[in-house]
Amino acid sequence: MIDPIFLLEAAVNGVLLGGVLALLALGLNLIFGVVDIVWIAYVDLVMVCMYLVYFLVMVYGWPLWLAGALSVALGALLGLGVHLLIITPILGKAPVNQLLATGGLLFFLQSFATFLWTTDHKTVRLALPILEVGGMFLSFTRLIAFAISLVAMLGLWVFLRRTYIGTAIRAVSQDREAMALMGADPQRVYFVTSAVGGAMAGLAGALLIIQYSVHPFFGAAFGPLTFMICVLGGLGNMVGAFVASFVMSEIISIGGVVISTEMGYVIAFVVFIVMMFARPGGILARRG
Amino acid sequence: MLELRRVTAGYGHFTALWDITLRVEAGEAVAVVGPNGSGKTTLMRVISGLVAARTGELVFESDSLAGRRAHEIVSHGIAHVPEGRRIFPLLTVADNLKMGAFQPRARKGFAESLVRVYDLFPVLRERQKQRAGSLSGGEQQMLAIGRALMSRPKLILLDEPSMGLAPVMVLRLFDLIRRVREEGYTILVVEQNVRQVLKLVDRAYLLEVGRISMEGRAAELSEQDFVRKAYVGL
Amino acid sequence: MRPGRVAGAALLALLALGPFLPMGGMRQYILHVLIQILIWSFIGGAWSVMGRFGLVSLGHGAFLGLGAYTVTLLWNFYSLTPWIGGVAAAALTVVVALVVAYPCSRFQVVGHYFALVTLAVGEVVRLLIIAERNWTGGSLGLSLKPATGDSLLAMQFADKRVFYYASLVLWLAGLWIWYRVDRSMARAAMEAIGEDETAAASVGIHVTRFKMGITMLSAGLTAVGGVAYAQYISYVNPDTLAGIGVSLRIVFAVVLGGMYSLLGPTVGTALTIALGEYLRVVFGLRFIGMAETIYGLLLILFIIFLPSGIYGSLRDVVARFVRPARLASGVR
Repeated sequence: MIDPIFLLEAAVNGVLLGGVLALLALGLNLIFGVVDIVWIAYVDLVMVCMYLVYFLVMVYGWPLWLAGALSVALGALLGLGVHLLIITPILGKAPVNQLLATGGLLFFLQSFATFLWTTDHKTVRLALPILEVGGMFLSFTRLIAFAISLVAMLGLWVFLRRTYIGTAIRAVSQDREAMALMGADPQRVYFVTSAVGGAMAGLAGALLIIQYSVHPFFGAAFGPLTFMICVLGGLGNMVGAFVASFVMSEIISIGGVVISTEMGYVIAFVVFIVMMFARPGGILARRG
Repeated sequence: MLELRRVTAGYGHFTALWDITLRVEAGEAVAVVGPNGSGKTTLMRVISGLVAARTGELVFESDSLAGRRAHEIVSHGIAHVPEGRRIFPLLTVADNLKMGAFQPRARKGFAESLVRVYDLFPVLRERQKQRAGSLSGGEQQMLAIGRALMSRPKLILLDEPSMGLAPVMVLRLFDLIRRVREEGYTILVVEQNVRQVLKLVDRAYLLEVGRISMEGRAAELSEQDFVRKAYVGL
Repeated sequence: MRPGRVAGAALLALLALGPFLPMGGMRQYILHVLIQILIWSFIGGAWSVMGRFGLVSLGHGAFLGLGAYTVTLLWNFYSLTPWIGGVAAAALTVVVALVVAYPCSRFQVVGHYFALVTLAVGEVVRLLIIAERNWTGGSLGLSLKPATGDSLLAMQFADKRVFYYASLVLWLAGLWIWYRVDRSMARAAMEAIGEDETAAASVGIHVTRFKMGITMLSAGLTAVGGVAYAQYISYVNPDTLAGIGVSLRIVFAVVLGGMYSLLGPTVGTALTIALGEYLRVVFGLRFIGMAETIYGLLLILFIIFLPSGIYGSLRDVVARFVRPARLASGVR
């Protein structure tokens, strides 16, 4: 029998992991909701940003916050670049081609990272304490990452609710053509969306590199999970993705402690598949 | 104000409109009537730039609209209330109206336009915090029209405004459209409900299988035997 | 005979005589590449059996991995001949496909959702293989237990030519099945579904049953491909035989060639493998990752500039050449 305190610790860690996952899922879901294309290579953009922070901090000795800010900027640039160079030419093409174009980007980024930086795992070490709370050990780093992702998501929420362009982004995801009739250039809305989604990838990269080591296949490790969360929450549905992030991260975290890391993921994916069938109405509500 | 000369348009290999010539003067209300599938909606979409005309000329206040995309045409002062209303169901009523004023030009006069729309449709003021999707069909149509007015247009295109509404609501809606007209907007309306719409407008065109087969003053047209039998149902 | 048939017969003769043609010292290598092309073409064809009907699966790695691992584990632990193990592997895979596909079809999980559900299935299989490392060797992979010398029972041969002919037969069988599916009633029905499910249902097509049939066939064939590959390479690895990477590779090759034609998957597979091999030879061990980088870049370019595949794009070019006036007057 496992000591309950371990389970509690796993649950708390699950919440902390969920925060960063939610950031990823929200970024991807934002883009999907507006542009209607799943960026298969989304987490690979995160990987690139993680490398940026690693090099700036560990090699060039930049302060972490500045490297993180640059990572957000790089993410936004990458988001714009992906939209301009890869998405724009294939808008309106067969869905399979759209999936594959960003899938090709995945291969490209993975291998280019391998070429530039080899397959070594790279880590940013922070001298931050481990907190002991009621017999549980919690990483201060993770707490900070969690807090920052919550603040970022709050910022996104305000952006989408309070600004003209943010409201337009939500409107486009509901009815693209009607928004053109309001006088919004769809391309411009796509640009802003891709940049914001990319910036979130950049922020997620900065928050992930202080918790995990980065390697060229980082995207393959976190990518499928991120897609699953988006689908589970409803593609394009931001609140759904937020909730689904914590559901999945809890399963992974607790499953990882009780059985094994891989089985934690397996259970999470199986739950995902079952949920797709068990709650088609709730999950697929926004499809038609 | 708006003039179409020999406009042809369609989708892919399919041609939906042939040689359409049509004119709307400032301050006029004009209807396009005709059976289902005659190309009425396509006509509206060509004017608002959602569908490109293949040949022909589109002129609005001496500006050519040919080749302009939908979001550019809005800034010329044409607002299109599309078929099926197409409001943003998950946004609030107020946010829907806000989106109507997306153009920079419209944004400047936002507060003033909002008061005007709320005065015209008081029910929208009451429900401004509700999700648009929770409104009744008639209210959604009012929202769609109000949203179009927010862009401060000169010409309003109404595509099947009475579609899917209960008969009582249809009558109320036509009253409201009449009031919109009295505010000084020019209106081009496409309608199935021929009897009602001919009471509203000055002139009308009859569209059949993508061609204009008849045109004239609304009163004269409704006296035509052919129109009465086929559409007015008298 | 029509020229197309003559060319086909000539190609077939060339393929049949292939191993005996003079190739200098390159024979083993060329045979190796050809075998890979034939097996992966077969797998690509299996994918396109369902892909062309709008069932875009990103989880065929799951079926491939299930096939390869089942047959390898049965041989290594129970010395069960791959002839029977292969049938068991295919059967198991078909059952798994059924378990996934039935609810997908029942609850109208289509498009992006279908692609992502299948992607999850691929990941589940990959992670299960890694998790069960006591059996499967985890992410290090697993070698096939060698038989003593050449053995038909163990499906192991020292001479590559045996594998060459075996994969040639497999490939031809795949083409034949593809052709049969194409000709059968199922085709018209499934194409109708691809266009519009409600419409298909309204003219009395049993959507669920057709989808099931196509999915099971595709999964079963993919498993057979996995068995063939495992037997030839005699080593299985979760990253090369399951998961998102290999699943994407299969889809890439097919879309590149064109999924609506008989030889599309083969053309695409041959090109991607030849390209991969060429880049590998050019760069060797000098620039690790460079070959794959260029490969990825070219894939993106292909998808953007040849959206309907090589076959489809050729057809478009011909059409444009033949009827320039008609296309020029199209809409924007």
